[in-house]
Amino acid sequence: MHFAVIVFPGSNCDHDAYHVFQHILDVPVDFVWHKENDLKKFDAILIPGGFSYGDYLRTGAIARFSPIMESVIKEAKAGKPVFGICNGFQILIESGLLPGALIINQAVRFLSQNVTLEVATTDSIYTKSLKRGQRLTMPIAHKQGNYIADEETLKMLADEDRVAFRYSKGKDGNPNGSMDRISGIMNEKRNVLGMMPHPERAAESVLGSEDGLEIFKSMMGIS
Amino acid sequence: MKAKIYISYKDGILDPQGQTIGHALDSIGIKKINSVRMGKYIEMEFNGISKDEASKITDESCRKLLANPNTETYKFELVEK
Repeated sequence: MHFAVIVFPGSNCDHDAYHVFQHILDVPVDFVWHKENDLKKFDAILIPGGFSYGDYLRTGAIARFSPIMESVIKEAKAGKPVFGICNGFQILIESGLLPGALIINQAVRFLSQNVTLEVATTDSIYTKSLKRGQRLTMPIAHKQGNYIADEETLKMLADEDRVAFRYSKGKDGNPNGSMDRISGIMNEKRNVLGMMPHPERAAESVLGSEDGLEIFKSMMGIS
Repeated sequence: MKAKIYISYKDGILDPQGQTIGHALDSIGIKKINSVRMGKYIEMEFNGISKDEASKITDESCRKLLANPNTETYKFELVEK
């Protein structure tokens, strides 16, 4: 599986993702600059976290119109895995590949902490090696990660089993205030996943957790 | 010609920043404010085009980029500079 890691001006988790693929999982990976426009040779596309275009206007709003996004949308519609993490999730929402919106955290501040997620569905390449309800620990680092959508959209996501991950219940469970504790959702075809937490920063025990690796392994068909 | 664009959250969309500002106003003794909502204000300038054309360009800019149709509404006015 050959991965593309898209790089926008202001991306800052691109190297973390590259490191996971190249040095931990030992799979082919290339950075792809946002001015490029061809993703045909890749098997999967990762849109990393960061602050593309300084979060000007709205998070992801400017990156969404970068030249590479036309190819990302084309490949996503053709069924290729497209995985957006943090700012990548925000960009996928702005591009219309995923529904809803990510607004400022309920606490109105940047949150950088570990969270516990629950796997909400195993019906996707990202979660098929996991167990429903399995708990994963990984960090969040964002100010705009509060997922909101209208009732119709929330019902659709639930009915179609398109919520991939939820923040755990309890006091520290849903730090940004997301509706239905949503931390990751998929598109209708289930090949596009966006999530706020950072699995690429939880891929080595030396960094505190290897739980994030499970998602990448699942994508690659390794259990 | 100048476009003055006002972008605000739709009714029913939570605005944590507006709420926090409301709490701050209350804590410094400014009372009787029912609610505070925070939005964005953007100006765009045009040269040598009609008001009609400026209106069309501004509307397209709002629809395609400046406002997020999921969460925000916009309105604008066109004024001579």
